[in-house]
Amino acid sequence: MGASDFSRLPHIGESLLRKEDYRFLTGAGQYTDDVVLAAQSHAVFVRSPHAHARIERIRTDAARAAPGVLGVFTGADVAADKINGLPCGWLITSTNGAPMKEPPHPILAQGKVRYVGDHVALVVAQTQQQARDAAELVEVDYEALPAVVHVADAAAGTTGAVAGAALHDIAPDNHCFKWAIGDRTAVDAAFADAAHVTRLDLLNNRLIPNAIEPRAVIASYQRANDEYTLYVSNQNPHVERLLMTAFVLGLPEHKVRVIAPDVGGGFGSKIFLYAEDVCLTWAAKKLQRNIKWVADRSESFLCDAHGRDHSSHAEMALDEEGRFLALRVHTDANLGAYLSTFASAVPTILYATLLAGPYRTPLVHVEVDAWFTNTAPVDAYRGAGRPEATYLLERLVSRCAWEMGLEQDELRKRNFITSFPYQTPVALQYDIGDYPACMAQAQQLADVAGFAARRAASTAKGLLRGIGYSSYIEACGIAPSNIAGALGARAGLFECGEVRVHPTGSVTVFTGSHSHGQGHETTFAQVVAARLGIAVESVDIVHGDTGRVPFGMGTYGSRSISVGGAAIMKALDKIETKAKKIAAHLMEASDADIDFANGEFSVRGTDKKIPFAQVALTAYVPHNYPLDKLEPGLNETAFYDPTNFTFPAGTYICEVEIDPATGATRVDRFTAVDDFGTIINPMIVEGQVHGGVAQGIGQALMENCVYERETGQLLTGSFMDYAMPRADDFPDFKLGHVCTPCTHNSLGTKGCGEAGAIGSPPAVINAVLDALRPLGVRDFDMPATPHRVWQAIQQANPSAKT
Amino acid sequence: MQVQFTVNGRAASVDVPPETLLVHALREQLRLTGTHVGCDTSQCGACTVLLDGRAVKSCAMLAVQAQGAEVTTIEGLAAADGTLHPMQAAFKECHGLQCGFCTPGMVLSAVDLCRSHPDADAGQIRELLEGNICRCTGYQNIVRAVQAGQKAMASSA
Ligand code: FES
Ligand code: FES
Repeated sequence: MGASDFSRLPHIGESLLRKEDYRFLTGAGQYTDDVVLAAQSHAVFVRSPHAHARIERIRTDAARAAPGVLGVFTGADVAADKINGLPCGWLITSTNGAPMKEPPHPILAQGKVRYVGDHVALVVAQTQQQARDAAELVEVDYEALPAVVHVADAAAGTTGAVAGAALHDIAPDNHCFKWAIGDRTAVDAAFADAAHVTRLDLLNNRLIPNAIEPRAVIASYQRANDEYTLYVSNQNPHVERLLMTAFVLGLPEHKVRVIAPDVGGGFGSKIFLYAEDVCLTWAAKKLQRNIKWVADRSESFLCDAHGRDHSSHAEMALDEEGRFLALRVHTDANLGAYLSTFASAVPTILYATLLAGPYRTPLVHVEVDAWFTNTAPVDAYRGAGRPEATYLLERLVSRCAWEMGLEQDELRKRNFITSFPYQTPVALQYDIGDYPACMAQAQQLADVAGFAARRAASTAKGLLRGIGYSSYIEACGIAPSNIAGALGARAGLFECGEVRVHPTGSVTVFTGSHSHGQGHETTFAQVVAARLGIAVESVDIVHGDTGRVPFGMGTYGSRSISVGGAAIMKALDKIETKAKKIAAHLMEASDADIDFANGEFSVRGTDKKIPFAQVALTAYVPHNYPLDKLEPGLNETAFYDPTNFTFPAGTYICEVEIDPATGATRVDRFTAVDDFGTIINPMIVEGQVHGGVAQGIGQALMENCVYERETGQLLTGSFMDYAMPRADDFPDFKLGHVCTPCTHNSLGTKGCGEAGAIGSPPAVINAVLDALRPLGVRDFDMPATPHRVWQAIQQANPSAKT
Repeated sequence: MQVQFTVNGRAASVDVPPETLLVHALREQLRLTGTHVGCDTSQCGACTVLLDGRAVKSCAMLAVQAQGAEVTTIEGLAAADGTLHPMQAAFKECHGLQCGFCTPGMVLSAVDLCRSHPDADAGQIRELLEGNICRCTGYQNIVRAVQAGQKAMASSA
């Protein structure tokens, strides 16, 4: 079935209410911390108070003797059991041909700690309180070492860590890799001849993901058959199992069952294999006990992988008409203290390849230096690389427009790609899109025509008003496996779907995608119900359990429907093929004459027909069945490996009003027009955009992870200091859609989960700059907190207007 | 210590150390796991329950402080036959939840909000939801849900 047939099916494009909501609304959801196993014990981690220190001695006797304590483990025990460190999932090769520096990432510190919160010891006791009390009794002697915290300091090599105390022996200058893409010589030549060059330095602030459910793990070991069961708040249970068994613990994969039950948000932070998960699995066997660990929020701040943290210099060369000739970018990326699962892919493959944006820029060169610092590991956070690329490019584009005396929209329109497929100079081939249509609809919804009057009204009140644009493109559903593999991926990027038709015609679908709020139980059921012509209520979706789902790669990078859904569609094709053979037998016709539509099989040219449920029953009660030609049962599994990424794109427009007396910035209007290709459930898609936009505006206006520069202490370590957006920080968002169906999957879908977080930060900051430009403010780094805005106004130089 | 209170209309009694927080008594002793813990600084609101009809953060009070009180958790909001409370129904109808983790606290805050401010407009609702963080929804549909729930509660009152 092709994408255009699919989009015409009943239920496709209908905002069906979510099947999963009843349990969430009545408190019947089951998150990891809600699970209680028999004889469950509790784990607490002793964590480093230092950003960088040598561990001189650890004394655990008092902790071991404390009431209720079952075990205390340190790095020495890990080493004795020859447990490997955590693997990085993506190998980057430096421009000089050397592999990236891949220092060990032990599950409990070995001789040294490298960030505040690094794991030093694991204490297991009968109750959580006993474990906490005992953890206090673990005595650790540290010799503090100088820390390097800011990526600019690491890159400049000016601080103590670089001078005298590198984090890792194998990276004496704290440099992990240098990576580049594009034709540097041609780019340099284009710059030499350009009519105009715009230059911009910018920081992409570090963020803390803060899914509202903290991470949690329960590990259980069954001696009878030497098997493990792990409950974990995780976005991709099969990958968790693969990494843990194959790379760290050396266990046979089939001996470990990973269950990710209801998961309270992820946003990337629950993709990764964390030390806690491995420690508990390992200790469960050693202690022969079920062990639970639930992060408290303070731990989440310290130890969940953080996001973003780039420092970049960007330059655009243009001709007299404002056409882009060449883009040159240098980025220093902060990786934190260790390489987290996808850390190396984020600032390279997932970032640099998106820097062409939706524009015809014939030449692009991007160079990325990645650095270790004494901070929590940095990894994918909603958008993963794409927000960093979009922020850089869209800030630069607005700056180009202002410098050339053009409107922000005008410059964008002049440079939009308009014919497809389009090969960018940085590896990607966009299959389809309509960027001018997104822009036009956004301008209409945002009432850009009325902006001048609104600005005048603000001015009359003594307030500043600005408008900001951002036109983004993203690449969703990393693919295909063979190319990703050639680029360094250490895992496949397909998805798996199993469709099990039951004798009465109801269906259970087992998907390798994982829902942690995205509504798969509804959207996927819509897909299956539409395709088979049965009721949505007759379809159940099972996900998040390696014991039930054949295989999977989980949910991240907006891959669920375009890769996971396409795998299910492939299994449904197989179901249809087999069901047609059964129907042909039942109606004494030839297979080739059977049509299937609206849940009925019919013989072409006759009025003979039988419903889907009758075929299903026949498959399981094979009394009248072609047993010589066909196996009983109606159950098919498919693996789908996409041939390309999908490329959602859109234009976002933000209007802010700033009080110059206080620096307080209010988002007055926010408009998002996206092209996600086929939309299956508009209600759910809009919810995804809302959430993404809220996180993007959060980054732009208030969220910021701050470490003290000298000591590496986390200053924003709770919701009191890290400003999480609340309901009154936002207006209502205006949403619109353009639809150019993806050309290479059977649904025509592109993915919608991250767009909001990608497109919004530059729109907000461009609006802030538009408001402040008349005062002479040229640059502004996120977040635009009142204090920073006020400072910028105070320090502005009115003669420096652009 | 023995604490006696009413939970979701039924008498309950728990025996807990005096420092036990109400949220832990509910979750661990009574296995009412709809009340969630999202932070350790009483900022997120995921643990919100109704205490004598008023929304409180159950991580910010001791179990013993609930002695003699009437506690409603998310498990006790729907009718006995499972019919959703108008506010629960409004959240479903307006897609006011995604991962569902903040949702019990959000719904109970909303119920109290609508009882105490039956005329609150969208802007006021946004301000009154200040004590609850949702990381998934961007709040817009939560605000719509509260408005719809407000109407439904007014007409069913
Ligand atoms: S858990 Fe009570 S406010 Fe966060
Ligand atoms: S629905 Fe996930 S935190 Fe609100």
